[in-house]
Amino acid sequence: MIGSVLVVVGCLAGVLAVILWRGLPALNLAMVTQGPRGGYYLGKEGGVLNAITGSLCLGFGATAAALILGLPIVFYLQRDYGGRSRLAGLTRLALDVLWGIPSIVYGAFGFIIMLYFGLRASLLGGIIALTLVELPIMARAMDEVVRMVPAELKDSSYALGATRLETTLRVVWRQALPGTLTAILLAFGRGIGDAASVLFTAGYTDYMPSSLMEPVASLPLAVFFQLGTPFPEVQQRAYASGAILLVLVLIVSLVSRLLARKFERYVVR
Amino acid sequence: MPHISIRDLNVFYEGQQALKDITVDIPDAQITAIIGPSGCGKTTLLRSCNRMIDLTDGVRVTGEVLIDGVNILDPTVDVTQLRKKMGLLSQKPFPLPMSIYDNVAYGPRIHGVRRRRELDQIVERCLRASSLWEEVRGRLRAPASKLSVGQQQRLCLARALAVEPQVLLGDEPTSALDPLSAQMVERRLTELKGEYTVVLVTHILRQAKRLADYVIFLYLGELVEHGPAAEVFTNPRDKRTQAYLGGEVS
Repeated sequence: MIGSVLVVVGCLAGVLAVILWRGLPALNLAMVTQGPRGGYYLGKEGGVLNAITGSLCLGFGATAAALILGLPIVFYLQRDYGGRSRLAGLTRLALDVLWGIPSIVYGAFGFIIMLYFGLRASLLGGIIALTLVELPIMARAMDEVVRMVPAELKDSSYALGATRLETTLRVVWRQALPGTLTAILLAFGRGIGDAASVLFTAGYTDYMPSSLMEPVASLPLAVFFQLGTPFPEVQQRAYASGAILLVLVLIVSLVSRLLARKFERYVVR
Repeated sequence: MPHISIRDLNVFYEGQQALKDITVDIPDAQITAIIGPSGCGKTTLLRSCNRMIDLTDGVRVTGEVLIDGVNILDPTVDVTQLRKKMGLLSQKPFPLPMSIYDNVAYGPRIHGVRRRRELDQIVERCLRASSLWEEVRGRLRAPASKLSVGQQQRLCLARALAVEPQVLLGDEPTSALDPLSAQMVERRLTELKGEYTVVLVTHILRQAKRLADYVIFLYLGELVEHGPAAEVFTNPRDKRTQAYLGGEVS
């Protein structure tokens, strides 16, 4: 047991160490405040602000879309609605399978759909592909949380004459809120860090995101491209971009932790 | 006309019969205790009165439960209105995941009370009625989950009273409480019985003797005996009642 704990902690420490060791020399204020100069592939000057904002737009956009699509699914999967039906079982199975599909497949799928509709690589395309990646993770994680809500708690709401919908929105949702935040965070982390699904769908650019229909840069792809160059200085910048991505995810998880703790006070055990 | 009148009530769970031909009138503005050994159908009978039994899987109900002359088992009955009439206290208190104030205001809000002043009055009145007001008046915004179990049960009582029910149903409402809190809840119920019809499931015989005006004794899903408490407790007619009261069956 201690061995596996050490492996986990060691992995994290190792990743952090390599990223910081290789990336710190290239990490400066210009990295986070400027767009790239001299092209994303060969440029040794400027920064990755285009990729930072692009990634944030993609991550938040896809997380919001997955939440909007996922919540009704999760509420439907409750016992009070369709939770005992065959359709619910099928939905859970579908979500589990979707969870396991590699993100490059979603990227290819999104690409085909975009071709069909005559769209080109764009922020919108990236958000759609990432939504597909995030939806199963979020829905399934929230489903587990909502299933943990005690039946007696719902009963006490029903006993006051509340309808199913009132009970779901006012009681179940509040009870499940802290766990739901964790589920959202999980999906966000997966989405913002995913390179394969946005490769074809969002494309890459040296410019800041300007419209839903234009291509956007993203941090994972910044790492990917910069690491692929033959120049050590640019490779360093890849590690620096990786460190920035890490910090972004860290900030978002800290904020959601704080929020979860705030709502946890109300949770009934 | 009694508030609650049960006629030929049968309840089946997955084909197994939990209640057999129950016919009984529950007197108004008194405390009725449903007693009997565990698994005899006490809770099932109670949950039939506000259709909470609908929430159980694979349940089938026949017969009639008349409340104010209306058969509430009729599928066209509006269960939300019915349940508003019947306050429920469960075995273990489950406060809602919100503040003390919002717990009491929850019922009135879903039934359409919006005005702040009105809600304030309801909350104070109900918390006073469940003798919790003095303990929580300074922290109405605090989470209800932070209260002690005894306070939580009184909060659940206040919450039930807030929708202005005519009947209070209690499913062993003191069994999870410490003796002092249990005593407080019992005292509140005795004081409230003038205004409400109280139906109480209990497996504590002494509690039934302390509180009940009317007693219903169930055994293996059958209604064995019912009548005024004094009569049933001092002079039970049926052998099974005698055995149960004598402590031979439990």
